[in-house]
Amino acid sequence: MSDHSNQPNEQAEPEKTGTSTPATGAAMGNLDTHSARYAERTAGMTASEIRALFAVASRPEVVSLAGGMPNLAALPLDSLSEEVARLIAEQGQAALQYGSAHGVPELREQICEIMALEGISGQPDDIMVTVGSQMALDLVTRIFCDPGDVVLAEGPSYVGAMGAFSTYQADVVHVAMDEHGLQPDALRAAIEELHGQGRTIKFLYTIPNFHNPAGVTLAEQRRPEILEICSRHGIMVLEDNPYGLLGFEGQTYSSLRSLDPDNVVYLGSFSKTFASGLRVGWVLAPHAVREKLVLAAESATLCPPTLNQMIVSRYLSTHDWLGQIKSFREQYRERRDAMLSALEQHMPAGCDWTRPDGGFFVWLTAPEGVDTKAMLPRAVTQRVAYASGTGFYRDGLGTRQMRLSFCYPTPERIHEGVRRLANTLNEELDLLRTFGSGGGRELSGPQTPSPDTA
Amino acid sequence: MSDRWVAVLSGGLSHERDVSLRSGRRLSAALRSTGLTVTELDADHELLNRLSIERPEAVLVALHGGEGENGAIQSILELLDIPYAGTDPRACRRAWDKPTAKAELARAGLPTPEWMVLPQSTFRELGAHPVLDALVDKIGLPLMLKPVQGGSALGARVVRESSELPSAMMGAFSYGDTVLVEKLVEGTELAIGVLEDSEGPHALPAVRIEPSKGIFDYTARYTAGLTSYQAPAELSEGVARRAAELAVSAHRLLGLRDLSRTDAIVDESGEVHFLEVNVSPGLTATSLMPMGIEAAGRGLGEVFDGLIERAIDGRD
Repeated sequence: MSDHSNQPNEQAEPEKTGTSTPATGAAMGNLDTHSARYAERTAGMTASEIRALFAVASRPEVVSLAGGMPNLAALPLDSLSEEVARLIAEQGQAALQYGSAHGVPELREQICEIMALEGISGQPDDIMVTVGSQMALDLVTRIFCDPGDVVLAEGPSYVGAMGAFSTYQADVVHVAMDEHGLQPDALRAAIEELHGQGRTIKFLYTIPNFHNPAGVTLAEQRRPEILEICSRHGIMVLEDNPYGLLGFEGQTYSSLRSLDPDNVVYLGSFSKTFASGLRVGWVLAPHAVREKLVLAAESATLCPPTLNQMIVSRYLSTHDWLGQIKSFREQYRERRDAMLSALEQHMPAGCDWTRPDGGFFVWLTAPEGVDTKAMLPRAVTQRVAYASGTGFYRDGLGTRQMRLSFCYPTPERIHEGVRRLANTLNEELDLLRTFGSGGGRELSGPQTPSPDTA
Repeated sequence: MSDRWVAVLSGGLSHERDVSLRSGRRLSAALRSTGLTVTELDADHELLNRLSIERPEAVLVALHGGEGENGAIQSILELLDIPYAGTDPRACRRAWDKPTAKAELARAGLPTPEWMVLPQSTFRELGAHPVLDALVDKIGLPLMLKPVQGGSALGARVVRESSELPSAMMGAFSYGDTVLVEKLVEGTELAIGVLEDSEGPHALPAVRIEPSKGIFDYTARYTAGLTSYQAPAELSEGVARRAAELAVSAHRLLGLRDLSRTDAIVDESGEVHFLEVNVSPGLTATSLMPMGIEAAGRGLGEVFDGLIERAIDGRD
């Protein structure tokens, strides 16, 4: 909680030092004349020592396993640029004009074809195009959550989603996962406890496939069970599925939406399967919800960028987009393999990690006593960066954990990064043996990298 | 108005890269507004090549931590024979290592909190608890722990209970191999900038710092609104004079050049204690040196323009 009581007028008179007459001093000022006016939801929007450490991630000397930037190197830029030029020449008047908040109709039809790959039958009318899934997270929270409402989320969970929930002053309550994803028993227990406290739970936020940051997938047999628990307790499910088509064996899983269309709001994205910089994602929602989302979207952005939607649409109709996803998948599989084999080879005893079969991330648990957040400066000195675990929780857990991303660096760099990380951990463990306790403490501000971190 | 072409170095690979980039951007904008042509350069593999081919008329070093403050970059600039504003490499080294600077000032009879320097290896060889116990016996609580090198309060911790000491040590060691342990002097925190001209070094008006949560850590430094500042600081005449003298003495004793910033603390009795000195002070929107410059009625661009002229034309 940041302290907003320090505006100039409330400052106590500075104590005089010494005994003689004071020299004329200026007024005490705090460099932000607005500090008394901020809304409560700005609590935590401060400079961050941890975030600042990621500034070195862009330097080639540093192997960054911290960010989540997709590897776009394989995109066919030549043919893409021709298509974009043609698009402006042929449809420039429409592409550069306002559109509807609902999204470009042709793209919404194509999105239905993409979702069909994961067994989802949706109508173009029930889809709304968003500025990445992030905007959908914001809008869904906006229309469902009042301050103090509870959102259930896996522990750990996606930072951007928790940021959106916090913006609307909803409280995140985590539900434990294991190697098969969200645990139904833990979900039941959490609901029971919260209802016992008289709390209102609005929805369960879940990333069932190739979880960010945990790297695990919700087991098929658990899916109906999770949906049944939520439905029975009147809790909506917000299914976030940006990585669903990035299963390394080409496998897909039954989407929650396909199993319970009336109680699931589904989020999809082109950020991982095409181009994250275009910021095109979508939400598929029951009709009544979608109507409210469109009105909410009008007040947020008027409409998603028309040009970007038309670029995506043209890409889908002129390129072998499925072949492209396959090639992304192969690259990510190779990188995952590199990371897992490097971890096997280098990590000290007592470390444990997940073995993702898709997506971008490995979730590593360090030996007892290690505080990965306090260790980060040491890692940066060793020229490697990772995202420390506490950033992925809202309840202080994750001290021993870290997220390692394999999406952006090459396999060779991943290997080198893991080797450096192991050295860092060994040094830390050595120090821990000496001092017997970690170096952790409360730090304010964001603890995970910004979106443009490698 | 000057029509010179200068390079501003910022970024680098230190833990303070982010702060340095912000300092570099602010300094560059200030210099451009005075009419200079500015190229912003990162301290990377390209740097040497670019400087030797492009040869700016002068270089300003806005790197914090590591290469920018330990004299390494200044040595390179001397090798290339490119004028630069600020302290020469040898004096940079003295100021950069906090215990060295403290020892120099203590030798001259200036007040600085009692201290001790402890490398990581000492603890490993002798065991943590005997060393920590001896430390508390000798210096007493509360203590201030900081890595011997580096700035922005990174890795710095106040320790009030001996039980907090092991974890604070770990925290400081994650930023560097050697820790400076100081007796914590409580009082009014001041930052005093020093600028040098043909008549010698002059202190800028002191800036008084009052963090809203009591600790001037990274967040308190770089979140506008979390810390109150007063420039010029309201101080008794005696304290103001001693603070100015301390900063000028530090500048002279350590052989610093052109500009520096001394951090000090005024205790209850009005004694001004030297904490550390920076040869490449922060120049961000929440940094202390620019506040002192502004309190003196001067502008960042004009001041650094003047330092550039000194660097090019000679300093006599």
